[in-house]
Amino acid sequence: MAVMGTRMLRKEDPKLLTGEAKYVDDIHAAGELWMGMVRSTHANARIDSVDVSAALEQPGVVAAYTGADLAEGYWIAPLPCAWPVTPDMLNPPHFPVAVENARYVGDIVAVVLADSRYGANDAIEHVVVMYEDLPAVTTVEVAASGDALAHPDLGTNKAYSWALDPDPDAVQAALDDSVHRVSARFVQQRLIPSAMEPRGVLAIPSPHGGDITLYSSTQVPHILKVMVAATTGIPEHSIRVIAPSVGGGFGAKLNVNADEILAVALANKLKRPIRWTESRSEAAMSTTQGRGQVQYIEIGADADGKLTAIKAHIQADLGAYMQLITPGTPLLGSFLYTGVYACPAFGFVCDGYFTNLTPTDAYRGAGRPEASYAIERGMDLLAAEVGVNPEEIRRRNYAVGGEAFENWESPSGLVFDSGNYRPNLDKALELADIAELRAEQTRRREAGDSVQLGIGMCTYVEICGLAPSRALGDLGYAAGGWEHATVRMLPTGMIEVVSGSTPHGQGHETSWAMIVADKMGIDPAHVTVLHSDTALSPLGLDTYGSRSLAVGGVAIAMATDKLIEKAKAIVAHQLEASPDDIVLDEGNLMVAGSPDTATPIQSVGFAAFSAHDLPEGMEPNLQEQVSFDPPNFAFPFGTHVAVVEVDTNTGGVDLIDYIAVDDCGNQVNPLIVEGQVHGGIVQGVAQALWECAEYDDHGTPLNPSLMDYLVPSPTEVPSMTVDSTVTPSTTNPLGVKGVGEAGTIGSAAAAINAVVDALSPYGISDIEMPASPQRLWRLINAAQEGAST
Amino acid sequence: MIPAAFDYAVAESAEQAVSLLGEHGDEAKLMAGGHSLIPMMKFRLATPTMVVDVGRIDDLRYINVGSEVVSIGALTRHAELEHSTALAESCPLLAHVASKVGDPQVRHKGTLGGTLAHADPASDLPAAVLALGGTIVATGPGGVREIAAVDFFTGYFESVLADDEMITEVRVPVSTGGWSFQKFNRRAQDWAIVGVAVAESGKGVSLINMGSIPLRAGAVEAAVAGGASPAEAAALAAEGTSAPSDLNAAADYREHLARVLTERALSAAS
Amino acid sequence: MQVGMTVNGEAHEADAEPRTLLVHHIREAVGLTGTNIGCDTSSCGACTIHIDGEPVKSCTMLAVQANGADITTIEGMAADDGTLHPMQQAFMENHGLQCGYCTPGMVMAATSLLQENPSPTEAEVRQGLEGNLCRCTGYHNIVKAVLAAAEGE
Repeated sequence: MAVMGTRMLRKEDPKLLTGEAKYVDDIHAAGELWMGMVRSTHANARIDSVDVSAALEQPGVVAAYTGADLAEGYWIAPLPCAWPVTPDMLNPPHFPVAVENARYVGDIVAVVLADSRYGANDAIEHVVVMYEDLPAVTTVEVAASGDALAHPDLGTNKAYSWALDPDPDAVQAALDDSVHRVSARFVQQRLIPSAMEPRGVLAIPSPHGGDITLYSSTQVPHILKVMVAATTGIPEHSIRVIAPSVGGGFGAKLNVNADEILAVALANKLKRPIRWTESRSEAAMSTTQGRGQVQYIEIGADADGKLTAIKAHIQADLGAYMQLITPGTPLLGSFLYTGVYACPAFGFVCDGYFTNLTPTDAYRGAGRPEASYAIERGMDLLAAEVGVNPEEIRRRNYAVGGEAFENWESPSGLVFDSGNYRPNLDKALELADIAELRAEQTRRREAGDSVQLGIGMCTYVEICGLAPSRALGDLGYAAGGWEHATVRMLPTGMIEVVSGSTPHGQGHETSWAMIVADKMGIDPAHVTVLHSDTALSPLGLDTYGSRSLAVGGVAIAMATDKLIEKAKAIVAHQLEASPDDIVLDEGNLMVAGSPDTATPIQSVGFAAFSAHDLPEGMEPNLQEQVSFDPPNFAFPFGTHVAVVEVDTNTGGVDLIDYIAVDDCGNQVNPLIVEGQVHGGIVQGVAQALWECAEYDDHGTPLNPSLMDYLVPSPTEVPSMTVDSTVTPSTTNPLGVKGVGEAGTIGSAAAAINAVVDALSPYGISDIEMPASPQRLWRLINAAQEGAST
Repeated sequence: MIPAAFDYAVAESAEQAVSLLGEHGDEAKLMAGGHSLIPMMKFRLATPTMVVDVGRIDDLRYINVGSEVVSIGALTRHAELEHSTALAESCPLLAHVASKVGDPQVRHKGTLGGTLAHADPASDLPAAVLALGGTIVATGPGGVREIAAVDFFTGYFESVLADDEMITEVRVPVSTGGWSFQKFNRRAQDWAIVGVAVAESGKGVSLINMGSIPLRAGAVEAAVAGGASPAEAAALAAEGTSAPSDLNAAADYREHLARVLTERALSAAS
Repeated sequence: MQVGMTVNGEAHEADAEPRTLLVHHIREAVGLTGTNIGCDTSSCGACTIHIDGEPVKSCTMLAVQANGADITTIEGMAADDGTLHPMQQAFMENHGLQCGYCTPGMVMAATSLLQENPSPTEAEVRQGLEGNLCRCTGYHNIVKAVLAAAEGE
């Protein structure tokens, strides 16, 4: 039965659709206590005093702690940063509760424990904290200026400078010699990830000491388990981490958070279950944010518009502290500032700065949407400079002339596994009917229509399948990038897959079952997938960086192959044939050419279990394990076309159509692939048009709710046209690449390119994100005033 | 985000509500649908010690269409205004504006009286009642009084309603002349950045979120009455306003939007 | 105070502080955790339930306001034999959910939408769901699912 490539409906759905699924906040433990966090209302301040005495008087309050109370005996190390990107990177100690200084609005300064959610919520209002304000660093540019210090004791705001810049003089010379040159400054505003499920934790100690179970709304139970051990000093083998149903993550649940460590440390000390669920308004402070960069890019080209050099310099707003992969996140984009293009000279430098804002970290795409934005906005600027249309400048510069390739060494030095860019672009432009769109645009321009049409495109490439462990080691990342899988056939012939990959909406239970069922030729309903619990799945590196299929899925495929080989050996033994002569055909093992010998593969489970008649020396049971460490990354790509209407009277932008042709290699389930692309597109467009974490000059968040932070609703976006090309990866035997972040990586640039295109008759060449109506109105006004003077 | 504790009483009638308010003074708050009050209580921006629930006074849920006046019970929900054919025929502006408030769930709980009493200058329905020249009927310990909508709002979230008064009815004239409602926002569910309601081809023009109260655009109305074109009249839309500045819009942008939306509304309503 | 309500056809009586939000009451006193909480500003719609047949956001209602009400939550949508409600089925067939967190609220809002407008256009579906946020699907397949459910009825 061919299962791969079919639009199989998801196995996960019935539980999620009926309310049966359990998220952390749905799970309770007898005797549980609720944490209430007292959070700093000051962005940078000395903590003069914290008085919890009145809180302790409140009904139901069991305990209250200041940072000083917890300084000894609760943890042995600060919250972890797993990615020291340079040997001399500054990393101020970051403890779950601040002791002497609060470094951002939201920094925890005291914790209250009460016997109810409401009681904890009430009690925190009775904690009195006295602050002495220090100047706050509220933008990365202020940080770079050094006018104020986020951590005065460090003496600088610069945490690190990281370069991928082997020959800066050559890059500069190539730029200087270029016929065409464009340069730009782009701002990647801070984004609040806003997974629909707020984060939550529940730590349950064994009443007699020893073991502790941590439920967390996390993407990374395996990493969390290691880090909880390293941070609290509780032996790793006493910790079990469970990520139950997780309501979206988008990178913001890829962390080790103060609340997680607090819950474990307090549960361990008090021998009572401890829980906490962030409110949405709290989440804007208590959960990491995304993006936060100022980018400077310079692009040179020859007379034909062929790239000669690209130089990128970014200032990364790290926030107040290094969370798990804060420093490395901007660097994930470093290799992609040349996009899908051939370019003889390339240099990249990233300076990371502390600010007194919520820490930044991974957010869908993590570094790669920023890079894609810079190069794809830059290519539109270059097209205008050279005087050709946006698709033409891209065609002229595609790697390998836009032809199909395998294993191409990109300007950054990474080897792209496979690509075929020109047909992908052509397909997108055809689906968009670019000629008709341009004709309509011309009609409106000539008629002086107050509603102008804009068409924007982006051809992106991303780095997926994180990652070859050796490559991560070279980048200074503390862990590897392998993934583990176990496939076992039970005595009744049913299959259990154990995956170290940890889904939170991606449909792993479906896709993993499809991979196994396809290989064995059995019904996917006979395959179940166990995951997200370190007791069931002790080995794993979790879900982020579009790695699940290209690493975890491949591990499952490889383990399945091993299991089939063992089953073949058993059947060969039973049939007194050579294992080499056994073939698998639609779920039956048989001697090649002898259908009468057909033995259902699922019957071998019992033979392996009973072990009455196995080949000499063979171990009983059918269970195989693989830890797959990919030899290279995978490089999905695609072309996106955004079509917008801009009301030049109000500045309002309406996204009216969106066409995406993505190439993620072979597809296991196109239904799921399309869903990932749809969601990713809207998340990227949301950065372009609506979302921005705003702060005032004191570092106070101005829009920490879904009322003011504009996550788009169904009325703001259109239905999309999503299609694909298929260029199999050479990195793994399934030929798959990864698609979780693709939509986000392509869409912000496409959307802004479209808005700029609509307004190009006004001489407008750039618009900062988000392209809010007020911002557009001011630009149009300025352009008109400029034209009339 | 949980409200502070409070006492709770259900009022079976407006008179009982008024008497409960009198008993508890300014520490008490009336709650109808609760969709303005509960969010403020969750953020503890409102901490009444007594909540008087008037949401069960079904006698105050009605839409009575007379020959000249439409009388609407204060507890009539937005969804009921939105879906009432009688209202759509007698006062289409009000029915339409009701359909643009918040989202369907909010419209199933929010009430006309509640939104007027809340007196949020960014709300849609107060502006509609204002443009229509409506009347607000309040019941207090001394009986019932009628307040012209134009006199009702006194400041940001403030009105002439006394602490022990309750809106019991809203009256708007039957109004089938040219009307339009223009609401500008970045997401459909959000409050208007600026909104304009036009009734009777420009006899009544009101502005949302252009000051501390819902405003009548007097200069626009006068210009329309004097025969000005929509463009000419709309140019005066920002006169007499004191637009706020916030994340979405500074005052000058709001003034511009008021002019653009007023012109659109007048054109559509003429 | 004592609060009684019928939830998915079963009578339920419990003590509740007046300030108890209905969504917390349903999740913790009634014990039905399918209704989710995604925000604190009535913005996201994850907590949408039906009260006396109408869609409301249960995070913006007090439990005491629902005293005596007839409530349906996501747990009450499928048939007793487990057969999914047509709207649930349409969400499944059209991949209208990923992480599933907004899904109960979406399904409840979408069901009400079709009760009020059995044959909506795509634009009407989007407007009808304007009070429900989803971060995973980009709404494309949610809208498709609701249109398919309308078609099927």
